[in-house]
Parts: sequence; C-alpha cells; structure tokens
Amino acid sequence: MAELNAEHESHKLGMHTEQLAGRTQQVFFSPSADENFVYHDSIEVDFDKVAEIDAGPMEITDINLRIRELMKEGVGTINIKNPGAKHSLGVGILNRLNLNFEGSLGYFGCGLADGPNIRISGRVGWSCAENMMSGTIVVEKNAGSTFGAAMRGGDLVCKGDVGSRTGIDQKGGTIIVGGRAGAFNGFMMQRGRIIILGDAGKNLGDSMYDGTIYVGGKIADLGVDAVEGEITEGEAKWLEAKLSLYGMEAPNGVKNLTKIVAGKQLWNYDNLEPSEKKLVL
Amino acid sequence: MCGIAGLIHRGKSADIGSQMTSMLQALKHRGPDSTGYALYGDKGSKDYVMRFKVAEQEDLATGFDIHDIIIDRKKKVDERLKDMKVSIKNEEAVTEYAHRYTISFDGDLKRVIDYIEDVEGVEILSMGHALELIKDLGDATVVSEQYKLGGFKGTHAIGHTRMATESDVDIRSAHPYWAYPFNDVSVVHNGQLTNYWTNRRDLERRGHRFMSDCDSELIAVYIAHRMDEGDDLESAMKRSVDHLDGVFTYLVATADSLGMAKDVMAAKPMVLYESDDLIALASEEVAIRSIFPHEIDTFDPYEGEVRVWQS
Repeated sequence: MAELNAEHESHKLGMHTEQLAGRTQQVFFSPSADENFVYHDSIEVDFDKVAEIDAGPMEITDINLRIRELMKEGVGTINIKNPGAKHSLGVGILNRLNLNFEGSLGYFGCGLADGPNIRISGRVGWSCAENMMSGTIVVEKNAGSTFGAAMRGGDLVCKGDVGSRTGIDQKGGTIIVGGRAGAFNGFMMQRGRIIILGDAGKNLGDSMYDGTIYVGGKIADLGVDAVEGEITEGEAKWLEAKLSLYGMEAPNGVKNLTKIVAGKQLWNYDNLEPSEKKLVL
Repeated sequence: MCGIAGLIHRGKSADIGSQMTSMLQALKHRGPDSTGYALYGDKGSKDYVMRFKVAEQEDLATGFDIHDIIIDRKKKVDERLKDMKVSIKNEEAVTEYAHRYTISFDGDLKRVIDYIEDVEGVEILSMGHALELIKDLGDATVVSEQYKLGGFKGTHAIGHTRMATESDVDIRSAHPYWAYPFNDVSVVHNGQLTNYWTNRRDLERRGHRFMSDCDSELIAVYIAHRMDEGDDLESAMKRSVDHLDGVFTYLVATADSLGMAKDVMAAKPMVLYESDDLIALASEEVAIRSIFPHEIDTFDPYEGEVRVWQS
C-alpha cells in the first residue's frame, strides 16, 4: 500500500486539492514504488523496428492478436492501415509501443492502455480510452461520447469535438479537447484534469468529487456542486506546457480559461454513516 | 440495444435498397431479431403504394388452417377496396403474408385504411406515393433477399435492426413505424420512452391508433399528431424532444426529407456524415463505412439536437 498522506505536486501548483474526503477512497499506487511501473510480462521493444498491419480484411480479434505478436517480435512501432471504424481496436496494451492508426476507430478503441503512445489520424467512436492508465492517445479528428471514461492516468487528446460525458468517473490523467464538448463532461470525476478549449455543454462537472476542469469557450451551465475556481501562476504554466506538447493553444490564453472544481457540499463529504445520517436529517 | 440508420441523396436517385442493406447488415450485432426498411422511391406518381400484411410470420406455424385463413383475409381486403371504389393497378405477393399493392384513389384515404385494418389480422405497414415500408424477422440480408430490395432505387431511406426488449419478436413490433394516417411518414428509434403509457392514452383519446405495444410506435404517432395540429416536421421533432421522456435517438422520413432527433442526455449513439450530395447516419460509424470504404469525416450530433435534410 502506498503512502496515503503524500503531498501532491498539483497542490503546490494551486490545482484543486485532489485530497479525497470519502472514506472508501484508497490509493493503490505510489511513484516511489518502482515495481508499479513494470508488468511482470512486459516486452522489450525497439521503436525503430517498424511493422504494418492492413486491418481492412481482418477481424477485430485477429488485429489485436497481431499487435501482440509483433510486440513479442520486438517491434516498437506499428502502423495500422484501414481500421475502418472497427470496434475495440488497440485495447489492453500494457507496454511501451508506438501505435499509429491511419483512419478511424469504432467504439471502445484503445481501452485499458497502460504505456503506449497511440495516434489516430481519424475519428474515434464512443468510449475511447476507457480506463486508460498511462501513455498518450492523440485523436486528430472528432471523438464520440464517454471519451476517457474512468481514465486513471496519461494524456488523452482529441483535437476536434467530443460527444457527451467526457471524463465521466475520471480518476486521474489529463483529457484535452481542442473543440467543443457535449453535456455532462466530468460527471462524477474523482481526480485528474479535463481541458476543453471550445464550448462545454450543460451540467459540466456534475457531482464531481474532485479534479479540475478548464474551459476555453462558453459553458452552457454547471452541474450540481461544480463551482468556479481561480487559476494560479503555477497552474497557468502547467497548462501552457501541457497544451504545447500537442501543438494546441487556449483561444484567449490559459489565464482566461474558466476553472471548475468541486464545491464539496454533497453528502459524501461528511463523516456520517448512512444510519447516522438518518438520525441527523 | 437496436441499430438505426438513414441516408438521403440530394437531388438524385440511387440504389438505396442495397445501400441500406449494407448499413443494416453492419449493425446486425445491435439487434438480430428483425430488420426493417422505409424506402422512398419515385415520388412523382399519383398512385399510392400500399404495403400490408395479413398475418405474422410466426402465425404460419400455428396449424394447417392458417393458409386458408390468410387467403380469406386477402380476399376480404380486395372486397373492401372494391367497396370503397379503390382501383388496384398492380399487386404483388411478396410472401404468403405480405403484399404490395399499387392503388389509385382520390377520396378519404383514412376511411379506406380503417376499413381494411378492420379485417382481423390485417395491418397496413405503409401507405404513400413514395414510401415503401418492409419489415420482417431476420437480418438485413435475409429480409432484403426475401423482399427483393437489391434493385430498389430512390432518394432516401431509414432502417432498423431490432433487439427486442420491451415487446415481442414479431413483425408488428419491428421498425420502422408508419405514422398512420399520414402518407409517406415513417420512424425508426433506438432507446426507451419512460412516459409511453401516459402519452399513448392521451393520443388514443384523440383518436390515434396503435398496432403494437412497442414504445417506438409512440414516436410515429406523436409526430403524426403534431403534424395534424399544424407543425412542420422539424417543429414536431423539436417538440418531441421536450415532450417525450427517456433515452432515445430517432430518425423520421417524409416523402422529401429526413430528420434526426436526440434526447437531452444524448444517451443513445448516432454518428453523422454529411457531404454536398449525401447524408448518412447510423448508430455506429461502421454502418456508414459499409457504403464508404474510404476515410470520411464524421461526428456525433449533440444532446437535444434536431436536424432535417431535404432530398
């Protein structure tokens, strides 16, 4: 078990505390524990060793199996042609890998990623990068709903527009949206950051436990317990640096982004047991 | 779960039968119980195309007498059409229980429809100058072959692959639904309506008929009702987004237009491709890609969004 009282660097930057007050929240990961970074069956790959897969005539399972076969052969860069919006491509990759999709993905693409750097030249459907743990995923065009649902770490970037419920139940990492986002973004998010450079739909940050949302455009309305915060100098630097990694800019500068955090007035921020709550309420 | 799809060609006719079959077959995994098409062909004709069934497919397994009963029901339909001075210009028996008539009539069509549906077991699936509504059990390939849809040409179409959840696996509960008694209006839907019975009772009191217990039929009847009250298609659809409760994405087609609406929570998927000469929509991009093998730019419509396109 990792140290639970470690001061996060994000606190110093002025980002929201991310110190969860709920009694059932536990941290199972610590940067000081090296073994957490490597899976027992991790594969050594060479990024200069390149291979190509033509996904057009292949079944989904065969494409994903072929990715694993190539990784076992030490291939570190895989280019996938003609993905054809097929579902569940590039899922469960728990290894370092450069994976390039030349086209669009269907639903549930690149879920559970832990380590790879993935680039998608087209669009992705619903639930891309669900439960992503580390690495980077960059989508050059639009994304569907539940983008980065339950994401835990890494950078997830969509340069176009995204659908609804982006970062629902997000537990860590950073989601960046270059364009507009739909409704209920950051719904019940617990940690991490969402940066939306365009407009955000209604119920933004509804019932968020923690984490931070930044919006460059108009916000339709805020969800329950979501409140505005103030961007600090350190936070502005972090935002600038993070966006520049992906060649992106805030429309009116990072200091003019609207910052949204949890007001922490919901029921889950008291210390009462359910039975005790009945006595009080 | 269900899958829905729609396409509309701007200013030209195309092979919409085979295109919609490709799209629906790509959505088979979303619902293999039944498949349905609303195809819009030549809208210049003054004649009506009437698609109707005289039994459910499953009825054929109920006994030896059913074959005679089916023949008797069709005879009654023919007699009643004659009584109402409707001229049958052409008739095709697509299956033992499904028929396609081309008819000529210039009186009160609703009276004709009601009189025919009064025959036990008979349901008019569609009536219109352009609309032909086909639905049956099985996937898109099966239904397309059975009803010979491969060569169907027209401007636009909507279709549905059904995962039965709240009503039976039968033709009655399959989509699309014709918006009785409006010519050429049809609906497909993916979702669940939670205020179905309240709305149904209200619409029944106003004289609208329901042929199934499927909540999707309510959308067709609701749109028909609103248009009867004077709304245009887009206004009726916008009103429906506020009025209907639940999670839904639906498509509506008329003789010359195609519309889509999404609920206020955007809980059901829809992917949209739009170019100068073609609009294609589907529950999953893989359906659109079945008619566009090359890379295309697509996007998700947003919550509460209503769009209408003209052919």
